[in-house]
Amino acid sequence: MNAPVILDRRRLLKGSGALVVSFSLSSAFAQDQTTQAPPPAPKLPGSLEKSPYLDSWIRIDADGSITAFTGKAELGQGFKTAFQQIAAEQLDVPFASLKVITADTKLTANEGYTAGSHSLQDSGTAILNAAAQARQLLIAEAAKRLELPAENLRTENGAVIAPDGRKLSYGELVATEMLHVQAQPTSKLKDPTTFKVMGQPVPRVDIPAKVTGGVAYVQDLRLPGMVHARVLRPPSYGAELMECDTAAVEKLPDVVKVVRDGNFLAVVAKKEFQAVKALSALSAAAKWKETAQLPKQDDLLAVLTTKLPSEDFVILQRGNASATGQKTIEATYTRPYQSHGSIGPSCAVAQFIDGAMTVWTHTQGVYPDRAAIAEMLHMPPQSVRLIHTEGSGCYGHNGADDAAADAALIARALPGAPVRVQWTREQEHGWEPYGPAMATKLKASIGDDGKIVDWSFAVWSNTHSMRPGGAGSLLAAQHMEKPFAVPPAKPLPLPEGGGDRNAIPIYTFPNAHVTHHFLPDMPIRISAMRGLGAYHNVFSIESFMDELAALAGTDPVEFRLKHLDDPRGRDVVEKAAQEFGWHTGQQAPAGRGYGFAFARYKNLAAYCAIASEVEVNRETGRARLVRAVAAVDSGQVVNPDGLTNQIEGAIVQSTSWTLYERVTFDERRITSIDWQTYPILRFDAVPEKIDVHIINRPGRPFLGSGETGQGPAAASLANGIANATGKRLRDLPLTRKRIKDAIDA
Amino acid sequence: MMTLKVNGQDHQIDAEPDTPLLYVLRDDLKLNAAKFGCGLGQCGSCTVIVDGKAVLSCVTPMVLLEGKQVTTLEGLGTVSAPSPIQRAFMEEQAAQCGYCIAGMMMRAQALLQRNPKPTDEQIRAELAPHLCRCGTHMRILRAVHRASHLMDTAALSPADKRSAP
Amino acid sequence: MVALLVAGAGAALAVAWRPAIAAIDPPKPQSFDPALIKRGRELAAIGNCNDCHTVRGLKNFAGGLPVPTPFGTVYSSNITPDAETGIGGWSEQAFRRAMRFGVDREGRHLYPTFPYDHFTNVSDEDDRALYAYLMTRDPVRASARENQLSFPLDQRFVVAGWKLLFLRQGTYKPDPTKSAEWNHGAYLVEGLAHCGACHTPRNALGAERASASFAGGDVDNWQAFAINAQSPSPVPWDADALYAYLRNGFHPDHGTARGPMAEVVSNLSTVPSADVRAIATYMADVFGAPSPDRKREGEAVLAQAKSGAAATANADFQGAAIYAAACATCHESGRPLPYGGIKLSLSSTISAPDPRNLANIVLTGVRPVEGERSPIMPGFAESMSDAQVAALLTYLRARFTSQPPWTDIERVVAEARRSQTAFLQTSAGVRNAPAEPSQRDKP
Repeated sequence: MNAPVILDRRRLLKGSGALVVSFSLSSAFAQDQTTQAPPPAPKLPGSLEKSPYLDSWIRIDADGSITAFTGKAELGQGFKTAFQQIAAEQLDVPFASLKVITADTKLTANEGYTAGSHSLQDSGTAILNAAAQARQLLIAEAAKRLELPAENLRTENGAVIAPDGRKLSYGELVATEMLHVQAQPTSKLKDPTTFKVMGQPVPRVDIPAKVTGGVAYVQDLRLPGMVHARVLRPPSYGAELMECDTAAVEKLPDVVKVVRDGNFLAVVAKKEFQAVKALSALSAAAKWKETAQLPKQDDLLAVLTTKLPSEDFVILQRGNASATGQKTIEATYTRPYQSHGSIGPSCAVAQFIDGAMTVWTHTQGVYPDRAAIAEMLHMPPQSVRLIHTEGSGCYGHNGADDAAADAALIARALPGAPVRVQWTREQEHGWEPYGPAMATKLKASIGDDGKIVDWSFAVWSNTHSMRPGGAGSLLAAQHMEKPFAVPPAKPLPLPEGGGDRNAIPIYTFPNAHVTHHFLPDMPIRISAMRGLGAYHNVFSIESFMDELAALAGTDPVEFRLKHLDDPRGRDVVEKAAQEFGWHTGQQAPAGRGYGFAFARYKNLAAYCAIASEVEVNRETGRARLVRAVAAVDSGQVVNPDGLTNQIEGAIVQSTSWTLYERVTFDERRITSIDWQTYPILRFDAVPEKIDVHIINRPGRPFLGSGETGQGPAAASLANGIANATGKRLRDLPLTRKRIKDAIDA
Repeated sequence: MMTLKVNGQDHQIDAEPDTPLLYVLRDDLKLNAAKFGCGLGQCGSCTVIVDGKAVLSCVTPMVLLEGKQVTTLEGLGTVSAPSPIQRAFMEEQAAQCGYCIAGMMMRAQALLQRNPKPTDEQIRAELAPHLCRCGTHMRILRAVHRASHLMDTAALSPADKRSAP
Repeated sequence: MVALLVAGAGAALAVAWRPAIAAIDPPKPQSFDPALIKRGRELAAIGNCNDCHTVRGLKNFAGGLPVPTPFGTVYSSNITPDAETGIGGWSEQAFRRAMRFGVDREGRHLYPTFPYDHFTNVSDEDDRALYAYLMTRDPVRASARENQLSFPLDQRFVVAGWKLLFLRQGTYKPDPTKSAEWNHGAYLVEGLAHCGACHTPRNALGAERASASFAGGDVDNWQAFAINAQSPSPVPWDADALYAYLRNGFHPDHGTARGPMAEVVSNLSTVPSADVRAIATYMADVFGAPSPDRKREGEAVLAQAKSGAAATANADFQGAAIYAAACATCHESGRPLPYGGIKLSLSSTISAPDPRNLANIVLTGVRPVEGERSPIMPGFAESMSDAQVAALLTYLRARFTSQPPWTDIERVVAEARRSQTAFLQTSAGVRNAPAEPSQRDKP
């Protein structure tokens, strides 16, 4: 079994749902007064560890209504529905009889960010166990009242039922504080074979409103007396506002106020279109001094690998001197800055009444964003409440946190009035923190047996998260008169990692050396974007595996299986290949190619393998994904349709990233500021077919799947293009022009 | 002051003639479906139907709408009584974040009104002005095909419907 | 007219009949020199061959594009090396004869919709390169569509008479008084690039009027502006501006090339810069140096556009409101071309004698090129009635030019609405976006 030696381990994150030691065992140790230190208390499953009280997760009212709480946010992945399924299943109540409340600093547990594909692993697991334990408590209470042994009782439809038919509803059984108990490390979970709702493709609870014009997004929020604000962002990083005749703008019709705090400038109007026009006037009136010096956008490899200072970490070192390679190849892969490109520019509503600030926001992390906003406003955090309200898909750290801060800052200047801030398209594109540019250098050798004998991988990257970062991570706070400094960048710890996420290969090699060159300096604003470093690292590894397979004269799928020991990984590889119709010696039709790729996200989350058929037009260089077949193992599946949706979406999104996308900039400003200058995939490039095959593992821990498809989709495409053209492209994006130049060369 | 007909009702709107329809729908009439995605006519999220044709409401000023019928997603149906296109999108679960979906549905509705049986190629061409960042495209295409099918069976007599798939 | 043709045909019986050239087996692609193929690709780009010979939905060079002419619709032919339905059976001699004399392999006359009145100027060497390029493309099986011409125009021998009257055969003769670059440009423009085929008005028999070279013409229901001294451009063109426009697809003082010109500049962005430079040099001479008055007017327009001073607003209330909400967001954004709309006072389209191009653009907008940075303009066909479009066009003309108002605009708009729908359905679309140098294909 592949057991990498990690030299720079800072924190080990255990998988979810696994219980380490039972209570009885640990109390036995406690009585033993030898010099041996008592073992650590058993960890509670998922987020229960941090929020152990059951009533942080489940509330049952006397009238029988049930609420499940999650500190995670619905981002469009269908989590609200999935959590409702989990709670309903483990509580044994009809799906429609309970509702879910999502991230709200006043009502829900602090679960950090809805990110990293952690939601099912952390929150889902907590709700799973909390609901199960709540059910046990209800049974225990019923047992007391009915004077029957608990094991004779069963639950159904929100009631505990005795063998003789006597029934006590949950509402009758529940007492105040009954669920205000700490969770146990283990729960009596329902047998997966009896699942009624978990594992079923239950329709999402949020879709009906979205297809009928119901209130669904923070953009739909309308409060009495609400005013409309637009922020005027500087034209480039670090620009200083030299002068601005705000008085003239304040005289425009329906303008309520112009808010200025240092370089932070915003206009507030009674009607939204008036705010739009006032922003135009404000923009014309503002004079800035620009000093930004951005790197050369076409020379990022040199910038990353030679110009920016790095902190170097060897994160894998395995040696077996007896294994020597015959044929060696090396390759360099690059990725540009890429944008989240949320369809709905960021938005927030804030209201400041009697010293209390409430913000409705689509931030991924209500608690950390609250802390940052409170720090920015010099307010105690308890006086600030953030309520997650859905925005459009964010795919990581986009402008949401900043829009929330903008709204709060403006609301403080207009006490009592609900202030709605809507970012423009140009602002979302120009100011969001991007996915960082990355470079990887790989080198490997093949031995006589056609297998890889040594492997060297080096990755250069910024951090992939600037959160939590306190006020300094917020644009408004950076631009204020008394600004907060951008916090120093720190690498995300392994095994999850940031720039080194998935840098350690899942394959087994006798010799392996992996280095992470962490680049703390960030000339362009960056943060977390779906997949983090895994997108580029998997792209690199899986492209290189194909290059090595060609060197060894072996079929790409067969080559991977030769080095893959993880049985669940093998299952997923074989499934995707089989369903695609992949076979050794296959030949794609003229102008087309086949490509394969596989990864286990973070080497500890969901497994995903993708086989693609790609078409390349020899005249133009245009590449097109014709069809893709994916296999995914995400442990116990909660909602198979939700999972399929995520993987299909990941493939299409990654296709767009991989074929088209890069942030552009000149020496001073970001120049990709709308859909003209940052094109993404449109319907003319959508494939004919995407098939997703799920390998369900009932009873196994949930594995995060929201980001597992991005890396394999990219490499699968690249490998398909190489197969179709005979040319290997290593610099993202794989544009039409690059492919054409390679074909013509 | 001008009269704007939306979803079959007349409304008196106090807005400048150069106000884009999108802001009137959202702010004056409190309708949620048409969304602000770019304000530049590049993404399709703001699409509504005017006199049977899909238009981008973010670049359609009020002055153009005198005497015209505006239809938004809200005008097609409700959760309890959805129109075929709404039913199709729910049945196909054709949404991830869902922000682009209302615009997609209005464009599709306009297409189906003039071409009840579009080919896949025709649907893709029709939806070219629309962006979806989540990658829900496959489901959106399936949903439009399904809507076409549902409209077909809706037109059948009750006896025919009983035997329709 | 028919009588004239019959008389001409009778007199030219000698040219009416051409012998067939024997079919050959399609030559093996490996038999061609790669350097020759490469030059052939560049020449094909200059000749804009793929634009006419590719239709939406079919493969490159497989033909089938309907070309509307005053005499009916002619469909472009399949010029892939397919033996049966393309030119796979054509020898190089047959190809050269087609280019030089407008005759196909079997000896039939080709309609001058295929502009051999220009291609006759192409040298043997360049014909050889083009042949090498075309014969090494992917063969596509696609039969030619029947042309829709009425009798007697559907009888090919009639074309012989046309040729007798209008075809000046032979290759281009350089002018020794001009520079090498000018001559190279003239060779390309009068030959492969066939600019006059669109930009020169035609007579009743459909031939270019030699006395009105480059004085403007029509193509695909678009107007190809005059590109001589009668150019409607508010700012006069010079060689540098022409070079930048043809090479990058736009120029900040003139606008972005769209409509049928989009494919032309898309192709020209892929050829060696020296070729484009030569074309620009020659054409600058065709435009001629502007008169001092014209130069002064141009400078004034530029200064006003840059200063952002608002031109006097016209009283047309509806037009002004439409402009403010639907146009100004992009056209007064101050963003540089090609992503910001051009300042309309600089637009040739609004200054042109005919509102047709403006109607086309306002109705259908500008579509993005797949996956590439390229301008996007929404079309307004669905949101505006013909009367509303006409009101907008009237407003734009009055506000941004000092030209006399257009007449009969509503009829032009109605016709534009109909013709552009057809154009969009058949045009294969632009492959390449207006480019900054970093986006340009390597030649």
